[in-house]
Amino acid sequence: MIDWGLYNYWVIIVLMMTGLYVVISRGNLVKKVIGLNIFQVSVIMFYVSMGKVRGGSAPILEEGIEIYSNPLPHVLMLTAIVVGVATSALALALVVRIKEAYGTIEEDEIRAMEREEDAT
Amino acid sequence: MIAAIAAMISDHLPALQIAMPLLSATLCVIVRNRWAAWAVASFNAWGAVVNASVLLHRVLTSGTISYAEGGWPVPWGIELRIDLLNALVLLVVTVICAIVLLAAPRGLAMEVPEEKHYLFYAAFLLCMTGLAGMTVTGDAFNVFVFLEISSLSSYALISQGRTPRALTSAIQYLIMGTIGGTFILLGIGMLYMSTGTLNIVDLAHRLAVVGPNRTVLVALACISVGAGIKLALFPLHIWLPNAYTYAPALVSAFLAATATKVAFYVLVRFVYTIFRVNVAFEVSRLDAVFVPVAIAAMFAGSLVAIYQDDIKRMLAYSSVAQIGYMVLGVSLHNEHGLTGGLVHVFNHAIMKCGLFLVLTAVLLRVGSTRLGAFAGLGRRMPLTFAAFVVGGLSLIGVPLTVGFVSKWYLVLGALDAGLWPVAFLILLSSLLAVVYIWRVVEVGYFTPPPADAPAVSEAPFSLLLPMWLLIGATVFFGVFTSLSAGVASEAARMLLGGGP
Repeated sequence: MIDWGLYNYWVIIVLMMTGLYVVISRGNLVKKVIGLNIFQVSVIMFYVSMGKVRGGSAPILEEGIEIYSNPLPHVLMLTAIVVGVATSALALALVVRIKEAYGTIEEDEIRAMEREEDAT
Repeated sequence: MIAAIAAMISDHLPALQIAMPLLSATLCVIVRNRWAAWAVASFNAWGAVVNASVLLHRVLTSGTISYAEGGWPVPWGIELRIDLLNALVLLVVTVICAIVLLAAPRGLAMEVPEEKHYLFYAAFLLCMTGLAGMTVTGDAFNVFVFLEISSLSSYALISQGRTPRALTSAIQYLIMGTIGGTFILLGIGMLYMSTGTLNIVDLAHRLAVVGPNRTVLVALACISVGAGIKLALFPLHIWLPNAYTYAPALVSAFLAATATKVAFYVLVRFVYTIFRVNVAFEVSRLDAVFVPVAIAAMFAGSLVAIYQDDIKRMLAYSSVAQIGYMVLGVSLHNEHGLTGGLVHVFNHAIMKCGLFLVLTAVLLRVGSTRLGAFAGLGRRMPLTFAAFVVGGLSLIGVPLTVGFVSKWYLVLGALDAGLWPVAFLILLSSLLAVVYIWRVVEVGYFTPPPADAPAVSEAPFSLLLPMWLLIGATVFFGVFTSLSAGVASEAARMLLGGGP
């Protein structure tokens, strides 16, 4: 078997930076929320891969199995996933309200409208 | 029977601090009536104040309280741990919640439709749950969970503002806040990787054995950045001015006094209890980042505040500056500096909440918080405007107000650290506060109201009472400092002693 080293951390870093880049560079609010999700998922994967023990089995007591993966980070991530879902739901609800109020979800158009409002 | 119940409640006080508002939030949604929801929320908030006072008293008399949640032994189960530091923060948070709720029925009327008030109280109680939870918990992962509970409900509270701008401010805060929260989660993950534990006390012990390896230092960086976003440390503060300006004034009063303060507490807890002074300040030189950033915050916040036309926005930028003072105090890592930073949490909470309540009253009576709306208010709303003046003096740091107490300790701390230019800059930045407060005072007392201005009466008693409770407290604690500065300096000694 080829030893890939700690490649999982590279995957996580790439995902994390992708998410952060999407949040910063995209003006569309829905795309920003998606970027935020990718960013959160990278941290979830970080925890999950941290708990994996090479050759370890699922943490269920069974005869003949001596190495188990660490279940604690996996359980923690159940909570983090719930937090992520709640954040996305609230963000999308706000996006809907913004669309109703401004008629657009493009950040630069919203900002232009706000600047006009400030000028008057 | 009653004695048995009292004994049971007394054993579970730390857990009740979280459980009560969480359960009552659902109750608020069930009753669907604004007065019933207000009664539920107020009952909880005042109960929490009593609870927090009892806890502080216990900590002062018999030391740190450790509570094993669900009876699972520490460190396997989740621990709630209350020492001097979080007992003080908890008292600040609960008192502010209770006082803001006093003003809520009248203060909300202008900005939130009446049929939605019960939802406001539900979100308010959830936010209180999160803030209390972050404060009392002794478990690092719990900090993240409660942080998100308080953040999510505060986004909802901010989006209740009158204008559509409240929505865009809320989503801006949501995006930044989530990035901050996720960075904290990442940092906690790295700490868990290095030590295999999440209990804060256990983490501290094991990190001392593991030593400051690369993972631990990256964890420190992630947590500092994450907490820096949540507490609006310059230059990560950009969500704050919009959020405070467009949120309902009452929500600004509540969040300005609690949310950033608890985020600051989290930073102090991680830096001083988990990483300890030697890793945070000697191995990784956190102060080399925080001192310049804090000074930049003090000046940038105050300078921008001077040029604001909307007084709510002015106070928001002033908050950025005041957060700079707190972070400066903490990064000096000596006893006086840390005392100054911690006591400023208490002091800034009461004065900023009081000032935002003044704006709530002005908005209710005049209908605007722009500078022009303050014309002649010194005569038309004398009690309200006097509260603004006293609160403003405290923001500047005039003797006999709480602002002076904080700055006194900060200057002593800077001198102890041998940084006399920093001490000078603290005094210089206070002069900027004089400028932005004076602009309002000048308009209030010396500009006559426009001839066609509608008649304006004094604010209702239900707003004057909470406002003056807080503003009175800024003077009271400016003179009698044993509760605020006394506890803060004890807490600072405990944190610097290295013992959790």
